[in-house]
Amino acid sequence: MAETITAEDPLSGEEIEIPADVEVGEIVDSPATGAELEVVSVDPITLEEAPELEEDWGE
Amino acid sequence: MKVGLLYSRIRRDEKLLLSELRERGHEVTKIDVRKEQFNISQAPDVFEGLDIVVDRCLATSRSLYITQFLESYDVPVVNAAETADVCADKVKNSLALEAAGVPTPNTEVAFTTDSALETVEEFGYPCVIKPVVGSWGRLMAKVESRSAAEAILEHKATLGHYQHKVFYVQEFVEKPGRDIRVVAVDGEPVAAMTRSSDHWLTNAAKGGEVAAFEVDDRALELVEAASAAVGGGLLGVDLMETGDDYTVHEVNHTVEFKALNDAVDVDVPSEVVDWLETKANAETEAAV
Repeated sequence: MAETITAEDPLSGEEIEIPADVEVGEIVDSPATGAELEVVSVDPITLEEAPELEEDWGE
Repeated sequence: MKVGLLYSRIRRDEKLLLSELRERGHEVTKIDVRKEQFNISQAPDVFEGLDIVVDRCLATSRSLYITQFLESYDVPVVNAAETADVCADKVKNSLALEAAGVPTPNTEVAFTTDSALETVEEFGYPCVIKPVVGSWGRLMAKVESRSAAEAILEHKATLGHYQHKVFYVQEFVEKPGRDIRVVAVDGEPVAAMTRSSDHWLTNAAKGGEVAAFEVDDRALELVEAASAAVGGGLLGVDLMETGDDYTVHEVNHTVEFKALNDAVDVDVPSEVVDWLETKANAETEAAV
């Protein structure tokens, strides 16, 4: 299993486990709420609610 | 080399690219476009000294403008603004493919619900109505009857954004339950996969099952031509099988490749970085 670190879920306030190799800008799914969270800092690890999908997103 | 990577969200695709670049010892600057301001005459400091910038913007609107800014600052960027401009808009995409003689589904554009309904009736049922900007199969409609067409067109007309009043109507192509995605660099295929589904939309983003696909001579020829038609670069060329030939329905300019990388034996990010190195070297030599 990949190494994990602990971070605070900004929505529920719970401590959650996320992959240890995340980097700024990455999106993780919260195991507590299922919400998408954005990694805004890695030292210290800080998560925010990810932006909603917008119409012009894609490839 | 010094590489800038434009992003607003690091997907697995970007992570694969970043890992490959860092493993090779390249100096990578991640540039979160949400935090930058773009002046018409002066480049933001973050672009100083970069050999090449890779546009991985998730938002098409940002991609379109920033690539133009970078070109005006003489900062080498892939893909080019011209490519983004053509690929970001399905109308321009279809026109470019048609002009290049690449087989592409028959398409008409109308600007009112009444004229769009006439187009739909001419195509017959089923046919397809697509948004001119968008991705991942969102807001695509397979139209099976006149009453459905009337409802879809009315809904589109009330969605608000003017782009939804550009009615892009396309023939429905009877494909064999799958389409083909070829990731190519300046027309040269890196790898290809099929995307299969019981649903008419086979996009990997819609849950289509993927499998490796061997590009034959005809597909190769079409990928080269489609790439050239949109200005080249790192592209995702989408083809459908039509029995004895292919039709190219779309070329994508900020192509996702994580599903492809999982489906094939080719190391896709490695191939992409090989190409980036070549591009950066060419830019450096041209500047000397």
